[in-house]
Amino acid sequence: MFNIERWQEIFETISKNKLRTFLTSLSVAAGIFILVILLGFSSGIENGVRTQFEGDATNRIQVSTRTTTKGFNGLNPGRKLQMTNSDYETLNVKYEDQIEYKTSLYNTWGGEINYKEKQGSYRIEGAFPDQQFIENATLTQGRFLSQSDVDESRKVAVLGYQMKEDLFPNTDPIGEIILVNNNINFTVVGVYTDPGGSREESRLFIPMTTAQKVFNAGENINRIAYTVKMSDNFDAAVALSAAMRQSIDQDLRTKFSVAPDDRIAVRVNDTLEEAKKIYSLIDTIRMVFWFIGIGTIIAGIVGVGNIMLIVVKERTKEIGIRKALGALPSEIIWMILQESIFITALSGLIGLFAGVGLLQLIAPYAETDFINNPTVDFTTSITTVIILIVAGTLAGFIPARRAANIKPIEALRDE
Amino acid sequence: MIEITNLQKSYVTGNTSLHVLKGIDFSVKEGELVSIMGSSGSGKSTLLNILGMLDEADQGTYMLDNTPIKNLNEKIAAQYRNKFLGFIFQSFNLINYKTAVDNVALPLYYQKVGRKERDEKAMHYLEKVGLADWANHLPNQLSGGQKQRVAIARALASDPKVLLADEPTGALDTKTSYEVMELIQGINEEGRTILIVTHEPDIAEMTKRVVNLKDGRIIDDRLVNQIKASAHV
Repeated sequence: MFNIERWQEIFETISKNKLRTFLTSLSVAAGIFILVILLGFSSGIENGVRTQFEGDATNRIQVSTRTTTKGFNGLNPGRKLQMTNSDYETLNVKYEDQIEYKTSLYNTWGGEINYKEKQGSYRIEGAFPDQQFIENATLTQGRFLSQSDVDESRKVAVLGYQMKEDLFPNTDPIGEIILVNNNINFTVVGVYTDPGGSREESRLFIPMTTAQKVFNAGENINRIAYTVKMSDNFDAAVALSAAMRQSIDQDLRTKFSVAPDDRIAVRVNDTLEEAKKIYSLIDTIRMVFWFIGIGTIIAGIVGVGNIMLIVVKERTKEIGIRKALGALPSEIIWMILQESIFITALSGLIGLFAGVGLLQLIAPYAETDFINNPTVDFTTSITTVIILIVAGTLAGFIPARRAANIKPIEALRDE
Repeated sequence: MIEITNLQKSYVTGNTSLHVLKGIDFSVKEGELVSIMGSSGSGKSTLLNILGMLDEADQGTYMLDNTPIKNLNEKIAAQYRNKFLGFIFQSFNLINYKTAVDNVALPLYYQKVGRKERDEKAMHYLEKVGLADWANHLPNQLSGGQKQRVAIARALASDPKVLLADEPTGALDTKTSYEVMELIQGINEEGRTILIVTHEPDIAEMTKRVVNLKDGRIIDDRLVNQIKASAHV
């Protein structure tokens, strides 16, 4: 393999048969190029979906109630179901062992918020301190809500990063007073970012107790959110989470006398099960792309193999001459094989770099909600390079063996 | 140098078997210049192919430089060809994308001679056949006679025990043929053993011994008074 003389011989052959080499290279380069682009987009979709999805904690269970759509036990449809603090506390006690983080929520849409002459309309959400972890929020400044904020119904607020950008473009918001709905002053204590993006960062968090007071909600709550304790086994965690979801669902249906098939009135969502579905979707997408890519490569290999066969046919006489001059069969095999590996590897690398280059170039323009950072990582590149070398060997092997079996006497007669 | 006894060869095609060589006994001493003559179908090319280890006999023994040539596999045949034999073909058989000097250097490459030494030796033999100025030309830029000279230089490059020439002048006009024969005679004068297959009597007369083949047997084996090709050029 590292015989310099043989490499010189191969380079000479290649450089003197440019068109043939070019045609051979083209099919391989194209195959690898397509594979790289496919894999890039597959990872882009994977990243995109993951980002979309991981905006919130993946082990979240969310509970909400609306209006009944079906009659049950003599009750009419159209009843509004209202959860209260006591529902929240009952669930907390019942599922204490499974719960990791918990919060009840009370929100208003389109709350007017003013800071000096700036003004905007945002969602205002009453929450408990655990909301930070349930939302996967990270603080960029200050602190999140604390238990004492809730206990004392303090008028403090945590801004989403988008709000900070809107209302405090050049000033430090911590300690500043904002005016909510034109009548209540809140002190800003922190700013958070949320992987869910600007929509999720346009929310103002205030203590739950404060929200219930200022919006005259009494004991009412809109939603309850939990995260379940994760175990090391993903499937076990999924099962546990699903069981808890069904159990909570049943509790609420019993309490509010809701028909078992009324999916609108009581909703309990379990993100972990969704997560499992999405991860398996991502796996499927990746497998499909690999399948297409490998198929393309196989087509390329067959192409190279064909061209090498033609090459051997075309070089029958030359191979005969070489054998008459004393070339060993192994030397003939290596000559053809090395040429084929060299051509596939080199043109494959060109395809690889072209593919990676194009991905880098178009990546910024290809960002959508479901495609994010479509690039090929190092492992994938190495994998494709290994595929290339294996492909080159395969593509060269049959023609090489045929070349080695050429009888010099017949080859020399071949006019 | 060459000792063959009772050499037999048949070719089987379908149901018919063609007995090409029907028991050849033949020997060549070192330094001889022998021509093998015969009409087409006489078996002369088959004999040369067997001598050249490009083909194998069915029966009989073949000794080359006191080495028995038998049970050849591809690998051993290749090594023996490289070590013992130089080939000159009717159609020259140069590799057409290699320059004259690279063609001459090819047997040396398979002898694992280093590039520098290879090129030096190749140039030496090109000079010997009078083509030093054409070293970097491709075969299609050379005339027929020049191509055959390059082929002769290539056959000499590996310093073989025996040169085997299959109709070396078959594709050349008379004048060029004599020039090539003059070169071959010169090489023989230096002590090299040479076998030439030909069907041209005038070429045969330029060797030192003529062996006549007919229907797979030697019918005549005589020494001749060598005619110097230079007399005709």
